[in-house]
Amino acid sequence: MSKLFKQDVNNALENANLAGALTRFSEAYVLSRAKAYEGIDFEALRTRIADIKGYAAGHFGDLADEFTKNAEAKGAKVFRTNSPEKVRDYILNLAKELGVTRVVKSKSMASEEIHLNAHLEKNGISVRETDLGEWIIQLAGQKPSHMVMPAIHLSKEEVADIFSKETHEQQSSEIPRLVKVARNDMRTKFLEADMGISGANMAVAETGTIVLVTNEGNGRMVTTLPKIHVALIGIEKLIPKFADVAPILKALPRSATGQLLTSYVTMITGPVPNTDGSMKDLHIILMDNRRTEMAEDPKFKQALQCIRCASCLNVCPVFRLVGGHVFGHVYTGGIGTILTAWFSEMKKSEEIQGLCIQCGRCREVCPAKIDIPGLIVEIRRNLVKEEGQSLAQKAIYSVVNNRRLFHGMLRAASVAQRPFAKEGFIRHLPLFLSDMAEFRSLPAVAAVPFRDRVKDIKQPAAKEKAAFFTGCLIDFAYPEIGEAVIKVLNKAGILVVFPDDQTCCGAPAHYSGAFDVAAQNAVDNIKALAGADVKYVVSACPTCTAFLKYEFISNLENQGMHQHLAAARLLSEKTMDFSSFIKRLVDEGRLTLREGAEAGKITYHDSCHLKRTLKVSAEPRELLRQSGHEISEMFESDMCCGMGGSYSLKNPEISSHILKRKLENIKKTGAACVATDCPACVLQIRGGFDKEGSGISVKHTAELLAGTLE
Amino acid sequence: MFNTFKAKAEAVSSEVHRFSTKDEALGFILGLLSREGIRDSPQYYALWADCPFLKGIDKKRIAGKFPGLRFEVTRESAAVAKIGISQMDWALADTGTLVQDATAIDKRLVSTLPEIHVALIETSKLLPDMESVLIRMSPKEASYISMITGPSRTADIERVLTIGVHGPVRVVIVCVDAMGGTA
Repeated sequence: MSKLFKQDVNNALENANLAGALTRFSEAYVLSRAKAYEGIDFEALRTRIADIKGYAAGHFGDLADEFTKNAEAKGAKVFRTNSPEKVRDYILNLAKELGVTRVVKSKSMASEEIHLNAHLEKNGISVRETDLGEWIIQLAGQKPSHMVMPAIHLSKEEVADIFSKETHEQQSSEIPRLVKVARNDMRTKFLEADMGISGANMAVAETGTIVLVTNEGNGRMVTTLPKIHVALIGIEKLIPKFADVAPILKALPRSATGQLLTSYVTMITGPVPNTDGSMKDLHIILMDNRRTEMAEDPKFKQALQCIRCASCLNVCPVFRLVGGHVFGHVYTGGIGTILTAWFSEMKKSEEIQGLCIQCGRCREVCPAKIDIPGLIVEIRRNLVKEEGQSLAQKAIYSVVNNRRLFHGMLRAASVAQRPFAKEGFIRHLPLFLSDMAEFRSLPAVAAVPFRDRVKDIKQPAAKEKAAFFTGCLIDFAYPEIGEAVIKVLNKAGILVVFPDDQTCCGAPAHYSGAFDVAAQNAVDNIKALAGADVKYVVSACPTCTAFLKYEFISNLENQGMHQHLAAARLLSEKTMDFSSFIKRLVDEGRLTLREGAEAGKITYHDSCHLKRTLKVSAEPRELLRQSGHEISEMFESDMCCGMGGSYSLKNPEISSHILKRKLENIKKTGAACVATDCPACVLQIRGGFDKEGSGISVKHTAELLAGTLE
Repeated sequence: MFNTFKAKAEAVSSEVHRFSTKDEALGFILGLLSREGIRDSPQYYALWADCPFLKGIDKKRIAGKFPGLRFEVTRESAAVAKIGISQMDWALADTGTLVQDATAIDKRLVSTLPEIHVALIETSKLLPDMESVLIRMSPKEASYISMITGPSRTADIERVLTIGVHGPVRVVIVCVDAMGGTA
């Protein structure tokens, strides 16, 4: 991360206005979105949208032809180009030719993408943004901080100052008053303008129709009052059929603002009469700007399914802290990172891609079913391919890929840290050979790792065997979690084996874009686990579980290592996360937890990979209740804790802000203990509480269950 | 379906009134003109775009009563009108939405520029949802399909919902059961 970018991020983090407004909104958004979708089968709806838009992305050429034919038959003029420069020239030439001096615009992100305003103004044409937020931004000379709410980072007092300057009159900061100022000022501009420029939310090939979705009513003014209407549309807005409008209209307002429908939806097909009886001069520009190229990329094609609702921004734990400005481009947040890489350049996404913590919340709410976190990792992979890994990263991965060396170094670290270790926590010491941030305490590297301790555990004889995949954290930092896992499984009559050759699951390499390293980790682990003759493979780390279950296969596939796929699939079928496995054993009557006993009030933190990749959230809660714990739910229990593996090393400031919120939400429950199924979340949250000195304990579910067994 | 429509429309700040006859609806609208102080002076005009509802109504007689009420809609008069009246083609129950083929300029002007938009709708034109209207309307025939769900709104400053940015501040929906009745 460059110093400049880091400074941008830190400035944003310190901007209380921005973080306050975005956070309040993101908290309210989750509720209003859920309410708006009541009674709607979201999965079915988004599958339909993904189908429509996915098909369109595969047929841009044909759809653009069809759209052009139908719109021109109705009297519109359609201009298609790949080049932003040609778009700017077309509009400027048209304006010059027709003597246009005043332009009113309703929101068009495509126009922002090509910096149209600056180009027109440089040539003596006045351009007025008419969307309230866009106008505020225009007056302030700033960039939008959010795709749907461009001025969300400004307070009403700041807006009042901006308006006072513009109107040469002191304006009060009362919001309805400010809106009225905008209404009055804008009215004359609408009536005087020679040309209206709009974007469009959809362009229907079958009918040559453009669809505009707005709330303020400026879109209707812009398309009604001036005699010339220019609609500037990215070709990804093309959809095949008129009937395809309905599902997108159902999702867009619900996902964008939690509305059932926006105040206005306008569908324009060809020119309509002007106020003087003449017909509108309607120009539709279909802009490509690398979209066709993107559609030809088998991975990134899906990003063109985006309907620009910005829900990926609204649910993002990082976006709500830093806002849109740090993205440095018109498209912001998760999807913005991807679009910037293409519409601007890959290089520009180099820094912003690092903001993604891979929590997966955006993938869950995306109405177009885009795997946003997956594509961001794909960007990382491209960057690694193009520019190689940093020397430090290379050194780490060469170690990780050599299990003996890797584990040897971890053992060495346990010795080196000894004088500093204090109650199991160390400060200023390397974990995984890297400097860690100081906002939380760190666990000591265990003096005796789990792989050694396991040999001394006396297990009762049992008919069934399960292999235990610990992952690095349980093995080298939290062996006691591993012991708890064994205790619970033994109680259910299962013998636990620990295949010695198991090593890092590959998540750190994968999330940094080093897929080849991750694939090699997969091969090593498949071999290590294939040696054990077991029915199940259990892991108490959701990230490891997700890798054993899904990512081993995907990384072997994308590295062309097909010879290992059969074994990877077999392993995938055997693999279960700890809580799901225990729940099954309880349901089968093989294990009884201490039902009815009182073990006290706790709260539960959902780890990202357990909740959203493995889709497990009810199981651990049920087990904890059965073992006598009363669960007091925290606010946003499934919001990331800020760990994200190596993310917390690369972005300590962001990580610590996210953690702070998590700690507050835990404390508000009044519980003395928080449970989670992820050892990395344990590290982050326990480290945070230790640093604070609050006495709240952080436990893995396995530890709590083991604690209530006889 | 009417109850759902009313609830959804009111939830987005539309006002909904239902009348069994055209006479009653007209009476209500004239009452509104009177309450809003409609007179022959800028900022106090009411503009009524041509529509089926007006069939059989003695426009001269009511215009005589309200000198500010005009049936000729121009850009200039719309810019300074307080009330715009038009008839909608369909209404959608599940979102409280009004739908109109607004290709004719007068229809667009009266629902865009004035502060208050009075939207007439025949109760029988109520449809359940968006899908139902999209199969009944074709962009081949309707060049400018306008869907209106409540008054103009924004939340662009501090996320505070504020009604009436560029378009109407009030949307008054007048449902008429028997549109055929004489006035």
